[in-house]
Amino acid sequence: MTHAQELDASGLNCPLPILRAKKTLNAMAAGQVLHIIATDPGSVRDFDAFAKQTGNELTESREEGGKFHFLIKKG
Amino acid sequence: MIIIPPTLFSPGVVAPLQNMVLRAQTHMGRPALGGFVIKAQPHTPEDPMAQKKLAIIATKGSLDWAYPPFILASTAAALGYEVQIFFTFYGLQLLKKKVDLKVTPLGNPGMSMLGGMERFMPVLLTALPFMQRIMTAMMKAKMKKKGVASIEELRELCQEVDVKFIACQMTVDLFDIDAAAFISGVEFAGAAAFFEFAGTSDICLYI
Repeated sequence: MTHAQELDASGLNCPLPILRAKKTLNAMAAGQVLHIIATDPGSVRDFDAFAKQTGNELTESREEGGKFHFLIKKG
Repeated sequence: MIIIPPTLFSPGVVAPLQNMVLRAQTHMGRPALGGFVIKAQPHTPEDPMAQKKLAIIATKGSLDWAYPPFILASTAAALGYEVQIFFTFYGLQLLKKKVDLKVTPLGNPGMSMLGGMERFMPVLLTALPFMQRIMTAMMKAKMKKKGVASIEELRELCQEVDVKFIACQMTVDLFDIDAAAFISGVEFAGAAAFFEFAGTSDICLYI
Protein backbone atom coordinates (compact mmCIF):
# COMPACT_ATOMS: atom_id res chain seq x y z
CA MET A 1 0.00 0.00 0.00
CA THR A 2 1.33 3.43 -0.82
CA HIS A 3 1.56 5.83 2.04
CA ALA A 4 1.26 9.58 2.09
CA GLN A 5 3.58 10.13 5.02
CA GLU A 6 6.25 8.32 6.94
CA LEU A 7 7.11 8.65 10.61
CA ASP A 8 10.28 7.17 12.00
CA ALA A 9 9.79 6.63 15.73
CA SER A 10 12.80 4.36 16.05
CA GLY A 11 14.48 4.57 19.45
CA LEU A 12 11.50 6.28 21.01
CA ASN A 13 9.67 4.71 23.91
CA CYS A 14 6.09 4.75 25.18
CA PRO A 15 4.13 6.96 24.78
CA LEU A 16 6.16 8.96 22.25
CA PRO A 17 5.49 6.82 19.12
CA ILE A 18 1.74 7.14 19.70
CA LEU A 19 1.91 10.85 20.41
CA ARG A 20 4.02 11.54 17.34
CA ALA A 21 1.72 9.41 15.20
CA LYS A 22 -1.32 11.27 16.47
CA LYS A 23 0.30 14.60 15.72
CA THR A 24 1.24 13.51 12.21
CA LEU A 25 -2.23 12.11 11.54
CA ASN A 26 -3.78 15.39 12.62
CA ALA A 27 -2.17 17.10 9.66
CA MET A 28 -3.28 14.44 7.19
CA ALA A 29 -6.50 14.05 5.24
CA ALA A 30 -9.01 11.25 5.79
CA GLY A 31 -8.16 8.18 3.77
CA GLN A 32 -4.44 8.95 3.66
CA VAL A 33 -2.05 6.36 4.98
CA LEU A 34 0.71 6.92 7.52
CA HIS A 35 3.66 4.55 7.66
CA ILE A 36 5.18 4.34 11.14
CA ILE A 37 8.47 2.69 11.96
CA ALA A 38 9.15 1.89 15.61
CA THR A 39 11.52 -0.16 17.71
CA ASP A 40 9.47 -0.24 20.91
CA PRO A 41 7.98 -3.78 21.15
CA GLY A 42 5.10 -2.34 23.17
CA SER A 43 4.04 -0.33 20.14
CA VAL A 44 2.59 -3.45 18.49
CA ARG A 45 -0.25 -3.65 20.98
CA ASP A 46 -0.39 0.11 21.38
CA PHE A 47 -0.95 0.97 17.74
CA ASP A 48 -3.66 -1.66 17.52
CA ALA A 49 -5.37 -0.13 20.55
CA PHE A 50 -4.77 3.39 19.27
CA ALA A 51 -6.43 2.66 15.94
CA LYS A 52 -9.43 1.00 17.58
CA GLN A 53 -10.02 3.93 19.89
CA THR A 54 -9.50 6.74 17.43
CA GLY A 55 -11.45 5.52 14.42
CA ASN A 56 -8.35 5.11 12.31
CA GLU A 57 -7.62 1.83 10.59
CA LEU A 58 -4.50 -0.22 11.22
CA THR A 59 -4.15 -1.83 7.84
CA GLU A 60 -0.79 -3.44 8.42
CA SER A 61 1.41 -4.38 11.36
CA ARG A 62 4.60 -6.33 10.75
CA GLU A 63 8.09 -6.85 12.07
CA GLU A 64 10.99 -6.57 9.71
CA GLY A 65 14.66 -6.56 10.54
CA GLY A 66 14.08 -5.84 14.23
CA LYS A 67 11.78 -2.93 13.48
CA PHE A 68 8.04 -2.67 13.62
CA HIS A 69 6.14 -1.25 10.71
CA PHE A 70 2.59 0.00 10.90
CA LEU A 71 0.28 1.38 8.28
CA ILE A 72 -2.52 3.50 9.62
CA LYS A 73 -5.25 4.80 7.37
CA LYS A 74 -6.75 7.97 8.70
CA GLY A 75 -10.47 7.60 9.39
CA MET B 1 -52.54 2.14 43.06
CA ILE B 2 -49.29 2.78 44.77
CA ILE B 3 -48.94 5.55 47.26
CA ILE B 4 -45.57 6.42 48.63
CA PRO B 5 -45.53 8.62 51.68
CA PRO B 6 -43.14 11.54 51.33
CA THR B 7 -41.32 10.44 54.48
CA LEU B 8 -39.81 7.61 52.52
CA PHE B 9 -38.07 9.97 50.18
CA SER B 10 -34.48 9.26 51.10
CA PRO B 11 -32.10 8.27 48.31
CA GLY B 12 -31.59 4.77 49.72
CA VAL B 13 -35.31 4.13 49.73
CA VAL B 14 -36.28 5.58 46.39
CA ALA B 15 -34.37 3.17 44.15
CA PRO B 16 -35.76 -0.06 45.68
CA LEU B 17 -39.22 1.51 45.64
CA GLN B 18 -38.90 2.27 41.95
CA ASN B 19 -38.20 -1.37 41.37
CA MET B 20 -41.18 -2.37 43.47
CA VAL B 21 -43.39 -0.04 41.52
CA LEU B 22 -42.17 -1.41 38.24
CA ARG B 23 -42.66 -4.97 39.39
CA ALA B 24 -46.13 -4.21 40.68
CA GLN B 25 -47.03 -2.60 37.38
CA THR B 26 -45.85 -5.62 35.48
CA HIS B 27 -47.85 -7.91 37.74
CA MET B 28 -50.99 -5.96 37.28
CA GLY B 29 -50.44 -5.78 33.55
CA ARG B 30 -51.38 -2.14 33.46
CA PRO B 31 -49.80 1.08 34.60
CA ALA B 32 -50.47 2.11 38.14
CA LEU B 33 -53.09 4.81 38.37
CA GLY B 34 -53.46 7.58 40.85
CA GLY B 35 -51.39 8.12 43.94
CA PHE B 36 -47.87 9.33 43.65
CA VAL B 37 -45.98 7.07 41.37
CA ILE B 38 -42.30 7.48 40.93
CA LYS B 39 -41.51 7.05 37.34
CA ALA B 40 -38.51 4.92 36.57
CA GLN B 41 -35.85 6.97 34.84
CA PRO B 42 -35.32 5.63 31.36
CA HIS B 43 -31.84 4.22 31.17
CA THR B 44 -29.91 6.26 28.66
CA PRO B 45 -27.11 4.25 27.16
CA GLU B 46 -23.78 6.02 27.14
CA ASP B 47 -23.39 8.09 24.04
CA PRO B 48 -20.58 6.40 22.14
CA MET B 49 -19.76 9.65 20.40
CA ALA B 50 -19.42 11.61 23.62
CA GLN B 51 -15.88 12.61 24.48
CA LYS B 52 -14.43 10.48 27.25
CA LYS B 53 -12.86 12.13 30.24
CA LEU B 54 -9.85 11.30 32.36
CA ALA B 55 -9.28 12.92 35.73
CA ILE B 56 -5.94 12.49 37.49
CA ILE B 57 -4.75 13.58 40.90
CA ALA B 58 -0.96 13.87 40.95
CA THR B 59 0.44 13.86 44.47
CA LYS B 60 4.03 12.70 44.11
CA GLY B 61 7.07 14.85 43.50
CA SER B 62 9.76 12.35 42.61
CA LEU B 63 11.25 11.69 39.18
CA ASP B 64 9.82 8.19 38.86
CA TRP B 65 6.34 9.13 40.02
CA ALA B 66 6.25 12.16 37.76
CA TYR B 67 5.92 9.92 34.74
CA PRO B 68 2.56 8.15 35.17
CA PRO B 69 0.42 11.32 35.25
CA PHE B 70 2.04 12.84 32.16
CA ILE B 71 2.26 9.59 30.18
CA LEU B 72 -1.35 8.68 30.83
CA ALA B 73 -2.63 12.21 30.31
CA SER B 74 -0.85 12.74 26.99
CA THR B 75 -1.82 9.31 25.70
CA ALA B 76 -5.44 9.70 26.72
CA ALA B 77 -5.55 13.08 25.00
CA ALA B 78 -4.13 11.46 21.84
CA LEU B 79 -6.95 8.93 22.07
CA GLY B 80 -9.47 11.72 22.17
CA TYR B 81 -10.05 12.08 25.90
CA GLU B 82 -10.56 15.37 27.63
CA VAL B 83 -8.01 15.35 30.44
CA GLN B 84 -7.45 17.28 33.64
CA ILE B 85 -4.65 16.77 36.14
CA PHE B 86 -5.09 18.12 39.62
CA PHE B 87 -1.68 18.67 41.23
CA THR B 88 -1.56 18.66 44.98
CA PHE B 89 1.06 18.44 47.72
CA TYR B 90 4.38 17.20 46.25
CA GLY B 91 2.78 16.82 42.85
CA LEU B 92 3.05 20.61 42.59
CA GLN B 93 6.76 20.13 41.90
CA LEU B 94 5.80 18.80 38.48
CA LEU B 95 4.47 22.21 37.50
CA LYS B 96 7.61 24.19 38.20
CA LYS B 97 9.33 25.86 35.28
CA LYS B 98 12.60 24.40 36.37
CA VAL B 99 11.88 20.77 37.09
CA ASP B 100 14.34 19.37 39.59
CA LEU B 101 13.00 15.93 40.38
CA LYS B 102 14.93 13.15 42.01
CA VAL B 103 14.54 9.48 42.58
CA THR B 104 15.55 7.93 45.87
CA PRO B 105 16.73 4.41 46.63
CA LEU B 106 15.85 4.97 50.29
CA GLY B 107 12.89 2.87 51.34
CA ASN B 108 12.50 1.67 47.78
CA PRO B 109 13.16 -2.08 47.76
CA GLY B 110 11.87 -2.38 44.21
CA MET B 111 14.69 -0.28 42.82
CA SER B 112 17.47 -2.25 41.20
CA MET B 113 20.97 -0.85 41.16
CA LEU B 114 23.95 -1.13 38.90
CA GLY B 115 25.32 -4.68 38.95
CA GLY B 116 22.64 -5.94 41.32
CA MET B 117 24.24 -3.94 44.12
CA GLU B 118 21.01 -3.87 46.05
CA ARG B 119 21.52 -7.55 46.95
CA PHE B 120 24.40 -6.93 49.31
CA MET B 121 24.20 -3.24 50.04
CA PRO B 122 22.82 -2.50 53.51
CA VAL B 123 19.60 -0.50 53.31
CA LEU B 124 21.11 2.06 55.65
CA LEU B 125 23.67 3.06 53.03
CA THR B 126 20.92 4.16 50.68
CA ALA B 127 20.31 6.99 53.16
CA LEU B 128 23.71 8.53 52.49
CA PRO B 129 23.45 11.99 50.96
CA PHE B 130 25.14 11.21 47.67
CA MET B 131 23.00 8.14 46.97
CA GLN B 132 19.98 10.09 45.82
CA ARG B 133 22.04 12.22 43.50
CA ILE B 134 23.81 9.22 42.00
CA MET B 135 20.64 7.23 41.51
CA THR B 136 18.91 10.22 39.93
CA ALA B 137 21.77 10.80 37.51
CA MET B 138 21.84 7.10 36.64
CA MET B 139 18.13 6.91 36.04
CA LYS B 140 18.15 10.02 33.86
CA ALA B 141 21.01 8.63 31.80
CA LYS B 142 19.21 5.33 31.41
CA MET B 143 15.98 7.01 30.38
CA LYS B 144 17.77 9.03 27.75
CA LYS B 145 19.49 5.93 26.40
CA LYS B 146 16.21 4.04 26.20
CA GLY B 147 14.36 6.80 24.40
CA VAL B 148 12.12 7.69 27.32
CA ALA B 149 10.90 11.26 27.10
CA SER B 150 11.95 13.78 29.71
CA ILE B 151 9.33 15.11 32.10
CA GLU B 152 9.58 18.54 30.50
CA GLU B 153 8.95 17.04 27.08
CA LEU B 154 5.94 15.00 28.21
CA ARG B 155 4.54 17.98 30.05
CA GLU B 156 4.86 20.11 26.96
CA LEU B 157 3.17 17.42 24.86
CA CYS B 158 0.32 17.38 27.37
CA GLN B 159 -0.14 21.13 27.04
CA GLU B 160 -0.03 20.91 23.26
CA VAL B 161 -3.05 18.62 23.31
CA ASP B 162 -4.95 20.76 25.80
CA VAL B 163 -4.53 18.69 28.94
CA LYS B 164 -5.65 21.03 31.68
CA PHE B 165 -3.28 21.49 34.63
CA ILE B 166 -4.84 22.55 37.90
CA ALA B 167 -2.76 23.43 40.94
CA CYS B 168 -4.36 22.87 44.31
CA GLN B 169 -4.66 26.35 45.79
CA MET B 170 -4.57 25.12 49.37
CA THR B 171 -1.23 23.34 49.02
CA VAL B 172 0.23 26.17 46.94
CA ASP B 173 -0.48 28.42 49.90
CA LEU B 174 0.61 25.81 52.42
CA PHE B 175 4.07 25.49 50.89
CA ASP B 176 4.31 29.21 50.06
CA ILE B 177 4.91 28.43 46.42
CA ASP B 178 5.27 31.47 44.21
CA ALA B 179 2.84 31.03 41.32
CA ALA B 180 5.47 32.63 39.08
CA ALA B 181 7.57 29.49 39.56
CA PHE B 182 4.98 27.51 37.62
CA ILE B 183 4.83 27.07 33.88
CA SER B 184 2.19 29.15 32.13
CA GLY B 185 -1.30 27.82 31.58
CA VAL B 186 -1.75 26.44 35.09
CA GLU B 187 -5.09 27.09 36.74
CA PHE B 188 -5.64 27.31 40.47
CA ALA B 189 -8.58 25.70 42.19
CA GLY B 190 -9.79 23.53 45.02
CA ALA B 191 -11.43 20.19 45.67
CA ALA B 192 -14.90 21.24 44.55
CA ALA B 193 -13.57 22.30 41.15
CA PHE B 194 -11.86 18.93 40.82
CA PHE B 195 -15.11 17.12 41.47
CA GLU B 196 -16.92 19.21 38.92
CA PHE B 197 -14.79 17.53 36.29
CA ALA B 198 -14.01 14.21 38.00
CA GLY B 199 -17.68 13.63 38.77
CA THR B 200 -18.39 13.30 35.08
CA SER B 201 -15.17 11.51 34.18
CA ASP B 202 -14.94 8.01 32.80
CA ILE B 203 -11.62 7.29 34.47
CA CYS B 204 -10.31 8.84 37.65
CA LEU B 205 -6.82 8.09 38.92
CA TYR B 206 -5.02 8.99 42.12
CA ILE B 207 -1.29 8.90 41.57
